[in-house]
Amino acid sequence: MQQRSDHSGAGAPQADVAVEVVGLHKWYGDFYVLRDINLKVARGERIVICGPSGGGKSTLLRCINRLEDWQRGRVIVDGVELTEDPKRILTVRRDVGMVFQHFNLFPHLTVLENCTLAPIWVRHMPKREAEALAMTYLVRVKIPDQVHKYPARLSGGQQQRVAIARALCMNPNIMLFDEPTSALDPEMKKEVLDTMVELAADGITMLVVSHEMGFARQVADRVIFMDDGQVVEVNEPKNFFDQPQHERTRMFLKQILN
Amino acid sequence: MSAIGGEFRVRGAAAHAGVFGWLRANLFSSPANAALTLVCILAIAWIAPPLIRFLFLDAVWSGEGRDACLASIAQPHPGACWAFVRVWFSYFVYGSYPMGERWRVDLFFLALALGVVWLSWLSAPRRDVGAGYFFIALPILSFVLLHGAPLIGLAVVPTALWGGVLVTVVVAAIGMVFSLPLGILLALARRSDMPVVRLFAVAFIEFVRGVPLITVLFMASVMLPLFVPERLAPDKLLRALIGVALFASAYMAEVVRGGLVAVSRGQYEAARALGLTYWRMMGLVILPQALGVTLPNIVNTFIGLFKDTTLVFVVGIFDFLRTIEAARADPKWTAPTTTVTGYVVAALFYFVCCYGMSRYARSVEARLARAGRR
Ligand SMILES: Nc1ncnc2c1ncn2[C@@H]1O[C@H](COP(=O)(O)OP(=O)(O)O)[C@@H](O)[C@H]1O
Ligand SMILES: [Mg+2]
Repeated sequence: MQQRSDHSGAGAPQADVAVEVVGLHKWYGDFYVLRDINLKVARGERIVICGPSGGGKSTLLRCINRLEDWQRGRVIVDGVELTEDPKRILTVRRDVGMVFQHFNLFPHLTVLENCTLAPIWVRHMPKREAEALAMTYLVRVKIPDQVHKYPARLSGGQQQRVAIARALCMNPNIMLFDEPTSALDPEMKKEVLDTMVELAADGITMLVVSHEMGFARQVADRVIFMDDGQVVEVNEPKNFFDQPQHERTRMFLKQILN
Repeated sequence: MSAIGGEFRVRGAAAHAGVFGWLRANLFSSPANAALTLVCILAIAWIAPPLIRFLFLDAVWSGEGRDACLASIAQPHPGACWAFVRVWFSYFVYGSYPMGERWRVDLFFLALALGVVWLSWLSAPRRDVGAGYFFIALPILSFVLLHGAPLIGLAVVPTALWGGVLVTVVVAAIGMVFSLPLGILLALARRSDMPVVRLFAVAFIEFVRGVPLITVLFMASVMLPLFVPERLAPDKLLRALIGVALFASAYMAEVVRGGLVAVSRGQYEAARALGLTYWRMMGLVILPQALGVTLPNIVNTFIGLFKDTTLVFVVGIFDFLRTIEAARADPKWTAPTTTVTGYVVAALFYFVCCYGMSRYARSVEARLARAGRR
């Protein structure tokens, strides 16, 4: 049975819905990667998505800002339904920040330029204003003294924090994180996770693909377990970890906790 | 024991005699290296003296005709005929451009040099203004200067009179200035989602690359008049310019495509996730990286293009090399050494220009590397 996630957002007025995914199906050629995904994320909600590799977690996340398209179903982000229409796609992307596993900073631009690029060219902000904005976020992620370096000169943890600042500079309502710490050494994981915990305290809507169970317990409102292109289980973190409903979830948790 | 002593002696020698230490470390570090060094020294010893004798010691520096450069009792083995180059030099530079108007060509060279320095000197002030000057003001200024504008009192000089370095520089500059943007557009078109656009780009690139430049030039100059009445057909030089620019852009497209492939998918995704439109993503994120990676290849293409400009002679345009050809055929200067001297001048000119481009590309690469971007 497909677990529907509407239950926790049930009764919430539409204005409080940040992301709504309805009956989403996606194939890569013959490969059925997303199978009838239904998900409603309330404004300010923090969702952690976990599950075995290849389960379609990244693909789902990337559908939310339409880095991927799909064959069936609807995705509505902040009241805007994503269609082929490039205007809508750009509107949604301006409103949704994304942080990638491999940072994807622009190597030909300095840290500061990485952060001001989109505010200047997408939001048409004057350069000085964009720089001031970027500095406030770079201070928040604790990179204020490296802003004129090129990304290659920074450690992985620093690069990922810059990537977070870069996304925040667009003042997004929703942040997507795709395994933000899995390319990092343990001590760098911590500095990035700390940054994300602070961000969560600000009340921004977050969808995080991560296997950091400590982070999920601390921050998540709901944890989603995905396997084989399906949402297998949606649960509050405490229940998710302590009394998972599904055999597959139990198996997965046993695996990663070892 | 003796091994240690030996090593000690070597170190001591290196420390005491810098030159010998350097020689030892760089030229004689191993038997193979020493053998190569010896071969090179022998080759230089074999080539250099006759070359120096020909170019300088036995050279004829002045004279009014072939007699000065012919063998005589006073000079049984005359060297390079620099007198010939001296007399013909201005023809090599301006072709048949009218004497009284040559200041216009000089002014063009100056304006071009200013633009090149402004753009290529990476820490020059106001490079954005420099780019505007180079890509907008300079072409207009050049056209007005070289072609003429009767309205402001500059007589029209038909392109048939243009020649020499002037034509080589004009053809090369037009080829470079147009091939880069056209090549970028073609490369992007080739990776486009739209099948029609992709098909057009592939067809154009593959067709042009499958045909020698000479054929393109012949087609531009011979076939065009078949379709357009000669009276309406564009100027001969203009036709060749279009041919060269299109030809070079097909090659540039492949070079740029190589650079685009080197940019990772994550860069596209990050740019799109920030809400950048396609053109902004390309212009601000993807192309700067792609062109940076492929800079050596771009310069290579420019160097090839610069040398290929010599082919415009097949459609009757007097580029630099052709003016040398014309001059050496002058009966007044027929002497065994004039031809060689003319070609030495040509080789020197092309070498200096191409080597300059190559060095510039290296210095930019080194600068990018120092900045920590790679
Ligand atoms: N562009 C693509 N083309 C074909 N298959 C893909 C593509 N991207 C991902 N896949 C496949 O889709 C499946 C789900 O991928 P993904 O969403 O990245 O999983 P996860 O993030 O959960 O590890 C994987 O089996 C992967 O091989
Ligand atoms: Mg993934």
